[in-house]
Amino acid sequence: MLYFILRRIGMVIPTFIGVSLFAFALIHLIPGDPVTVMGGERGMTATERAELEAMLGLDKPIWVQYFQYIGNVLQGDLGTSYVSREPVMSEFLTLFPATIELTVCAAIFASVVGLTLGILAAVRRGGLLDHTVMTISLTGYSMPIFWWGLLLMLLFSVNLGWTPVSGRMDVIYWIDEVTGFMLIDTLLSDEEGAFTAAVQHLILPSIVLGTIPMAVIARMTRSSMLEVLGEDYIRTARAKGLSKRRIIVKHALRNALIPVITVMGLQVGLLLSGAILTETIFAWPGIGKWLVESISRRDYPVVQGGLLLIATIIILVNLLVDLMYGVVNPRVRHSK
Amino acid sequence: MTNDKKLLSVNNLSVTFGTGDNPFTAVDRISYDVDAGEVLGIVGESGSGKSVSSLALMGLIDFPGKVRADSLTFEHTNLIGLSENARRKITGDEIAMIFQDPMTSLNPSFTVGNQIMEAIEVHQGGSKKERRAKAIDLLQQVGIPAPESRIDSYPHQLSGGMSQRVMIAMAIACDPKLLIADEPTTALDVTIQAQIIELLLKLQREKNMGLILITHDLALVAEAADRVVVMYAGQIVETGPANEIFKAPRHPYTQALMNSLPESAEGHDRLKALPGVVPGALDRPQGCLLNPRCPYATDRCRVEEPGYYGPEGRQSKCFYPLDDNGRPTQ
Repeated sequence: MLYFILRRIGMVIPTFIGVSLFAFALIHLIPGDPVTVMGGERGMTATERAELEAMLGLDKPIWVQYFQYIGNVLQGDLGTSYVSREPVMSEFLTLFPATIELTVCAAIFASVVGLTLGILAAVRRGGLLDHTVMTISLTGYSMPIFWWGLLLMLLFSVNLGWTPVSGRMDVIYWIDEVTGFMLIDTLLSDEEGAFTAAVQHLILPSIVLGTIPMAVIARMTRSSMLEVLGEDYIRTARAKGLSKRRIIVKHALRNALIPVITVMGLQVGLLLSGAILTETIFAWPGIGKWLVESISRRDYPVVQGGLLLIATIIILVNLLVDLMYGVVNPRVRHSK
Repeated sequence: MTNDKKLLSVNNLSVTFGTGDNPFTAVDRISYDVDAGEVLGIVGESGSGKSVSSLALMGLIDFPGKVRADSLTFEHTNLIGLSENARRKITGDEIAMIFQDPMTSLNPSFTVGNQIMEAIEVHQGGSKKERRAKAIDLLQQVGIPAPESRIDSYPHQLSGGMSQRVMIAMAIACDPKLLIADEPTTALDVTIQAQIIELLLKLQREKNMGLILITHDLALVAEAADRVVVMYAGQIVETGPANEIFKAPRHPYTQALMNSLPESAEGHDRLKALPGVVPGALDRPQGCLLNPRCPYATDRCRVEEPGYYGPEGRQSKCFYPLDDNGRPTQ
């Protein structure tokens, strides 16, 4: 198992280099440059322009810029935002908990609902429940996030008034930032009703963000379950006289989960990218909104750093998924 | 034959698949008995309904399959009409089954010990320590070396022969009175096959179990079985004591099966094979199901379905049962 973990971690390094190169290249490939944006509508003289470029290090050849950048990154310095003059890392860390909170809640929603629906559909194959679940999941998968978000907002926030329209918290509460996670901070504060308010703010964005992964997980669980239920060892389990429940929960689910876990890991990437849209719709102060704004300002360090950090998180999550694989599947654990 | 020796009595068991006007009959009104401590061989080629009929005994036929029988009496209990829960108490406890491919029949995600202990837990309970001790003892009984460490192995770490031994250990975990072995050696190496059969027969004698041995290996049946049931296209075509059937088959199909053994082709260039294949769902002939392939078929065979002829316990489903010289009677 140790060998398996080490080998898997070793594979992370080349991936990381590739991602950094890609993030760097991509931002330099898109048209427009930060200096022009900074000049605004009035523009600037050639001297001013050269001065600014030199200050930002943009006058050097691009490969020098890359190595300087990587060198800084390895020392934990992601650069300073052109716009706010704040270090990218500290901006990221301030905003990141909001995104994490949203993503984790969405992932929980997607996994719990997706797995349950998938299992039920597989067990009641061909029945009304199966068809309903498949229809829901196909619809969920095909729904554009922003449209789905607006629909839910219109129904639950505007017409029914059950949930707040946007944001992370009501302005009437003053919450001290301890962990950055609203759910925890509200519990720690002595503001009455703040926790409920935080939950209410989270519900709709989580559902919207979790809908596509939920649909994917439901379909995957169903097909994986159906495949496993046809295996010989399920027949063996039944021949032992085990109850249906035990066969499904113990013998089938454990094996059916292996491909589902892979899919769940891949969905984390989707969640982080989906968060950009969801955060924009619900005015959620997280990484997604920050990145979108930085792209339009050509704020190179923020976009590069943000991409790199998000990619790192996705790489780490996938690493975690692979390690979980080893826990669930003994054949992976023992292979050299 | 006295009644109190009877362990299992199958009476007009049918299994059909599919709905609508024309369901496919995989097993067609078969009846046979198994006595306590007896080895019954069920032979027939692929698609003759051997496996399906035994899965029906275990209650493992799923929708769209449909099981019907006048009765399936196991130790004075009619299994037909039992509730699902009551049926499950017998399945795996008093009637157990082992399957064709041991490598896929064990759950890859759990240790063999876990899977054996589970059978004990469900039917007999006991503490975890007791169950583990019992599982080690069972592995010992089926001839697995170093059972104390093997118990924590995963199925993928075992060979096919070892896996089948584990399957056997699992099946005998609750001391069943009837063990069904569905082609237990087909997926194994020839050298291992003999060991597994030997083990099965040894356990059968020691525990005085009834054993239903399903196979298409005639030589195996001749060696191991007390009595034989020959199946063709879902029907039983002949029953009788093993030695009598092999000495003088009464049904043309049994005769053809034996003629197709390599041993009977000595001195000939080719094996004597029965022409054609088992009829499928849509091409079942009228009359006797064997008539298109039978060398002795008459016009009567093509129209009318034969009943069972011959003395009790030695019957064949043929209008013209073969005599001791292998010629049809008129």
